Amino acid sequence: MAALTALRSAIASPRGAPSAAILALAVTAAIAAPWLAPYPYAAQNLAGAVMEPSAAHLLGTDEFGRDLLSRIIYGARVSLGVAVTSISLSVMIGLVLGAVAGYLGGWVDRVLMAVADVTWSFPEILIALVLIAILGPGLSSAGIAITIGYLAQFARLTRSQIIALKRETYVEAAVSIGSGHMHVLARHLIPNALTPVIVAGMLAVGDAIILEATLGFFGLGAQPPLPSWGALMSSGVAQIYLAPWVILFPGLAIAVTVIAINLFGDALIDALAIRNRLKER
Amino acid sequence: MFGYFIRRLLLLIPVFLVMSAVVFAIVHLVPGDPIDNMLQIGSSPERRAELTAKFGLDRPLVVQYGVWLDRVFHGDLGDAIILKQPVVSLILANLPHSLALGGLALAFSASVGIAIGALATFFRDSWFDRSVMTIILMGATVPNFWLGLLMILVFAVELGWFPVSGARSADALVLPVLTVGLGGVALIARVTRAAMLETARQDFVFMLHAKGLSKRQIYLGHVLRHALLPVVTILGLKIGWVVGGAVTIEYVFARPGLGSLLISALNQRDYPIIQGCLLMLGIAVMLGTLVGDLAQAAMDPRIRDGMR
Repeated sequence: MAALTALRSAIASPRGAPSAAILALAVTAAIAAPWLAPYPYAAQNLAGAVMEPSAAHLLGTDEFGRDLLSRIIYGARVSLGVAVTSISLSVMIGLVLGAVAGYLGGWVDRVLMAVADVTWSFPEILIALVLIAILGPGLSSAGIAITIGYLAQFARLTRSQIIALKRETYVEAAVSIGSGHMHVLARHLIPNALTPVIVAGMLAVGDAIILEATLGFFGLGAQPPLPSWGALMSSGVAQIYLAPWVILFPGLAIAVTVIAINLFGDALIDALAIRNRLKER
Repeated sequence: MFGYFIRRLLLLIPVFLVMSAVVFAIVHLVPGDPIDNMLQIGSSPERRAELTAKFGLDRPLVVQYGVWLDRVFHGDLGDAIILKQPVVSLILANLPHSLALGGLALAFSASVGIAIGALATFFRDSWFDRSVMTIILMGATVPNFWLGLLMILVFAVELGWFPVSGARSADALVLPVLTVGLGGVALIARVTRAAMLETARQDFVFMLHAKGLSKRQIYLGHVLRHALLPVVTILGLKIGWVVGGAVTIEYVFARPGLGSLLISALNQRDYPIIQGCLLMLGIAVMLGTLVGDLAQAAMDPRIRDGMR
């Protein structure tokens, strides 16, 4: 399969190899958190609160004496889980909306794209805050906010792919032998539009991790004692003098993961040779 | 240009109506009935009907929206539930802080971003170009609020150069402006560089070389000028991002401003403040995008004549 070959050559590329390793590490932490974390994420030990990094607590402890390393490992599960799930949903919905808009054209297209254009001009964080105002703070609200915040991006990208593909000869051939709209869309258009949208989705996971972290930092995402990378730092702000590590390490986890996603995505774009397809017309 | 200006202004009306309708709808989409919260236990159904009528909640939603919009245009955004003050006065007290932060951050990222982008192009493929572009790639992927926290750690806590938080003095603005601005510097430098490299490949630049102009004259006098159009486009498109950045960073630095006001209101579920702040931020994004579009049209006749 072409996609698999591209994935392999992206992993082997100089930018892709280290970033793939980091991503594998983050995903392993997320999946195997209960086995990897040295302590339970909510285990408090007030006698050992705000301890500097040491042999017992490699990254130190927070204001309740909870082990920061364990909380970051469990945080990978929350942060990556929310980002990946919400973006996957966003890609799926955006794919359908964009395909319908691009294929049908006319007023359906104009209405959908007008909505996409309006939401496009507002920053994702603002859209997320509106949704959280409605749904109330919490992890699932943050997830829904991410899904809706990035929808316009995927719908627009899919639409531009579909419009370009619609003129291909094989699509015209399918239409001329009497294939129905659903058949043409599901069989010919969407599968061929898929690759750039999925890569854009992968890159958006990085943005979503940051958005979720920002919401968590505001206290509007994951609620205590559940650790997400952003929520960890939220409690650290009060201790910025005493315990700078509570802010340093979760932020580092976010930065490294997001940089790895971007580099790997970039390597994948080169391997698939789809850079110009990701630009919207 | 005038025709374009009018058309662009008219376009604001539907966008504003949709945006304000969403903000209005927040209160009605929240689970639970606002009247239930106001009633005491054991209140009679008559009392309930009375309150419902008093707040106009028995009227159709469209009418309620109209009434609300009318009040907004008369400068009445209701009273805050917890702070018990008119929302308008809270917003007016916080607005100057947000405007200062947003305006300075935008000016900082535009001037520094364009300068860095132009320098990187001028010294293309040198160590300067490569290291700047690497730093920028890293900078664009670091969460903004974490950058703010790092700035506090280094420049306020360790070095003590600036206040940790608040807005009591002008130097308290330095770290927040840098934090909001740096993300923009990264974006604008990247766009400037890409646009300049693209322009440098065009025929007229080849011609300028043939005429014997120096590299500096060509790059500063011609290439940069042509490349500014996409930069202005990005600035206009991403103006909302400055608003979003300011919201985040105000909270990090515990500065007064619309962002801090909004986030504390969200945590306390103080809906009149939430609505007021979101409305103001939405208007800020709309006006910012408008200014960006107009600047773009002023620079490029093809846009205002509707060729694109």
